[in-house]
Amino acid sequence: MKIIVVGGGKVGQTLVEQLNAEGHDITLIDKSREVVESVISKVDVMGFAGNGASYHVQKEAGCSDADLLIAVTDSDELNLLCCMIAKKSGNCHTIARVRNPEYSRDVISIRSELGLAMVINPEHAAAKEASRLLRFPQAISVETFAKGRADVLSFKINEGSPLAGLKLIDLTQKLHCDVLVCGVERNDEFMIPRGNFKLLENDLVFIVASPKKADEFFKKAGIQSSKTRRAVIVGGGDVTYYLATELISAGIEVTIIEKNLDRCEELSQALPKALIIHGDGSDKAVLEEQNVASADGFLAFTDLDEENIMLALYAKDVSDAKIITKINHITFDDLIEKLNVGSIVCPKNITAENIIRYVRAMENSLTVNIETLHRMCDDRAEALEFLIREGSPLVGQPIQKLKIRQDAIIGCINRGGDIIIPRGGTEINVDDTVVVITSHTGFTDISEILKEE
Amino acid sequence: MNYKAVSKILSYVLKLEAVLMLLPCIVAIVYREREGWWYLATAAICFAVSYLFGFAGGKKTDGFFAREGFFVVAMSWIFMGLFGAIPFVLTGDIPNFVDALFESISGFTTTGGSILRDVEALSKTSLFWRSFTHWIGGMGVLVLLMAILPLAGSENIFMMRAESTGPQVGKIVPKIRKTAEILYVSYFALTVVEIIMLIAGRVPVFDALTTAFGTAGTGGFAVTNSSIGNYSNYGQIVVAVFMMLFGVNFNLYYLISVRKIKAALLSEELRYYVGIMLATTLVIAVNINGIFGGFGTSLRYSFFQVSSLMTSTGFSTYNYNTWPELSKTLLVLVSIIGACAGSTGGGIKVSRFVIMLKCVKREIRSFVNPRTVRQIRMDGSPITREVRSSVKSYMLAYLVIYVISLIIVSLDGFDFTTNTTAVFATFNNTGPGLNMVGPAGNYADFSILSKIVFIFDMLAGRLELYPMLILFVPNTWKD
Repeated sequence: MKIIVVGGGKVGQTLVEQLNAEGHDITLIDKSREVVESVISKVDVMGFAGNGASYHVQKEAGCSDADLLIAVTDSDELNLLCCMIAKKSGNCHTIARVRNPEYSRDVISIRSELGLAMVINPEHAAAKEASRLLRFPQAISVETFAKGRADVLSFKINEGSPLAGLKLIDLTQKLHCDVLVCGVERNDEFMIPRGNFKLLENDLVFIVASPKKADEFFKKAGIQSSKTRRAVIVGGGDVTYYLATELISAGIEVTIIEKNLDRCEELSQALPKALIIHGDGSDKAVLEEQNVASADGFLAFTDLDEENIMLALYAKDVSDAKIITKINHITFDDLIEKLNVGSIVCPKNITAENIIRYVRAMENSLTVNIETLHRMCDDRAEALEFLIREGSPLVGQPIQKLKIRQDAIIGCINRGGDIIIPRGGTEINVDDTVVVITSHTGFTDISEILKEE
Repeated sequence: MNYKAVSKILSYVLKLEAVLMLLPCIVAIVYREREGWWYLATAAICFAVSYLFGFAGGKKTDGFFAREGFFVVAMSWIFMGLFGAIPFVLTGDIPNFVDALFESISGFTTTGGSILRDVEALSKTSLFWRSFTHWIGGMGVLVLLMAILPLAGSENIFMMRAESTGPQVGKIVPKIRKTAEILYVSYFALTVVEIIMLIAGRVPVFDALTTAFGTAGTGGFAVTNSSIGNYSNYGQIVVAVFMMLFGVNFNLYYLISVRKIKAALLSEELRYYVGIMLATTLVIAVNINGIFGGFGTSLRYSFFQVSSLMTSTGFSTYNYNTWPELSKTLLVLVSIIGACAGSTGGGIKVSRFVIMLKCVKREIRSFVNPRTVRQIRMDGSPITREVRSSVKSYMLAYLVIYVISLIIVSLDGFDFTTNTTAVFATFNNTGPGLNMVGPAGNYADFSILSKIVFIFDMLAGRLELYPMLILFVPNTWKD
């Protein structure tokens, strides 16, 4: 597809890199010539320096035959203007990043009135992700499929866990639990495990299950599980606001620690049910006073990455709470992951991921049939949901007879809302959707998971 | 220096050369010449060496930056030249290796200057290869590689910048591979059209092919001693017009193909290019009117020669060394200006001159009114400071290389006109100069040292200086 990206910031650059890697023709527009130069010398894309909302610049960038325009500049208004002009002059799909909470209520009307295909709010998306993570405190990451009926969760095998040293065939027999281990990351390597695969300590294990079964699994596997009752959020930014709203509506007690008194007052007005503490979150006394040690969830959501990491390390030390750390600038992501600061939420990456997911869906709606796509383990693995159409080579045979590639596994089957964890004898029917986990990237059709003859 | 990535690309380049060397083998079959075996042997050697490079090269090309881009381009051209010279030696057509290298580099860099006293004595196979190297070198071998190989990653843009001509190298479409494809498709199409038009004008098929290759790459190797002189008037005009067309920025052909004809014709560089060419043609036509005694005839000779030298092709229809001084001077001058950026032609390029002139104009104005702030524009958009300073330093570097080359070459003791024009003719990739290296002369009598200097100048001229110059910076070679 031909895609125009307006704005060459962090999100813009991530989009350009990833979409280009997926084979789209990308044109970047940014007001700074230097930014454009540096991007086009790194990535094989076209660049234009200029105002992306200008009709002439858009025309020069080939808006008239573009399929999609993504506006991710700093300014909400500029983004919206870009999309409006592109919509009117080029009649292409448009995606705008709109982050001001004041517009957040208007999102739906903005979208329909201005004809946008998607409006993305990075902070809101990050909050959504964080709240999903809190739902499964044991999991490090949660990806949702089949409209929320199935999840792919990842968790780490701690030292002394009963799972360590267990073979996968024995796992099912021992726990009598309908989940499937669909991937293991060990020493930075992602593997698709088979029956005689042995789990070890420190493995990061990915499982597929319905939410209820996942809960059951965690209990049986002896991984501490308690519903989150109280969450402490340090830092009162926009992400905190959206997150607190979601958590409060789910009946979770929320404590927000914020430095700025004015912001505290704003928050207390917007979130009457939350406990707002005016204090410096990096002050140990303040944290102790709020009894972080007994909280079930601890979220380091200040604006400073360094502070967030320190806070997370502190919380890890004093409590068993589920810890989520917000990182704004992911440059040293592999280092941060080693620090064991729990789950990481990065609004910019989430924005880029959501947009890429939309682009893939848009492309797929034309040519292939991927319903959902999630990237895992630093993009080394993908979880894809496919719709099974008439005539698919997978239909009508038990799974054990299918010759599936070594680097792919069928995680679950959604048959009219029932989640089936496939066993050897399970058959796939037409109109099922199937979740495939693979370390191969770029599948476009379910039939590609079969070994080439 | 990321030697692994460089080896990998060199391996591709040599594989490509090995494949391209099979074409002269076909010619050898057609003309039943034994020389074909040597070309086949060289292709095999080339393939074997490419395999060694492939073995040394890594799979991944991480760590590929501007430095690697320049380096790999310079190395590719040097290696191509070396392997291109081998068959000349093996077949015995050009027994001396330095001479053979001169001929091969002259071919790839589309210079067209020869060390051969008698071209017609060569085997058809070697004649074909000589002309075919023009075609390969014209648009660039790495660009060809990009068009046919899925080289993913950032290395492409650096190589493209290093190999393409002109001060501002840009892509036509977002994907570099597509851009390279578009360039080669237009290049190929134009060449085919020329071949057909020549054959239609009853030029023998072999001559039509080699002449078209020479025109397309703006090279200038001819297969007869009188260059283009013994073809019909129609043939001469076809060649003249096509030389001019191949001197135009190829991006414009893309614009025309997507029906942005107005934008293409409004290109400032194109207008200057055509303007300079027509003005020079007229002045020379008047100047040489006395020799031919008919304005039509002198106009034809004049247009052919200006088109040939300005685009740095170097074909000739007449020994212009006998023309008046004014005509000779103008011909040398247009050969220095050269063709458009992004064409297959050589020289300094019209766009650099236009930018330079505009800079000078601005300087003069700033003397009149020191506080003036004035942006230099080209095609309506401002020229950035980086481009301006790169143009200026290009001119300076050009001058320095020129002077050093001239001093070394003058050691041989030939006359001043010969030396100056010989260095210009190789450095601008034109081919013929004046006096001893004039259209009827050749480079055979120069010493080996001078020939090596010429070889360097031809490479530096084709690759626009920097890829060759960085080879002299010790840091380039370090890990």
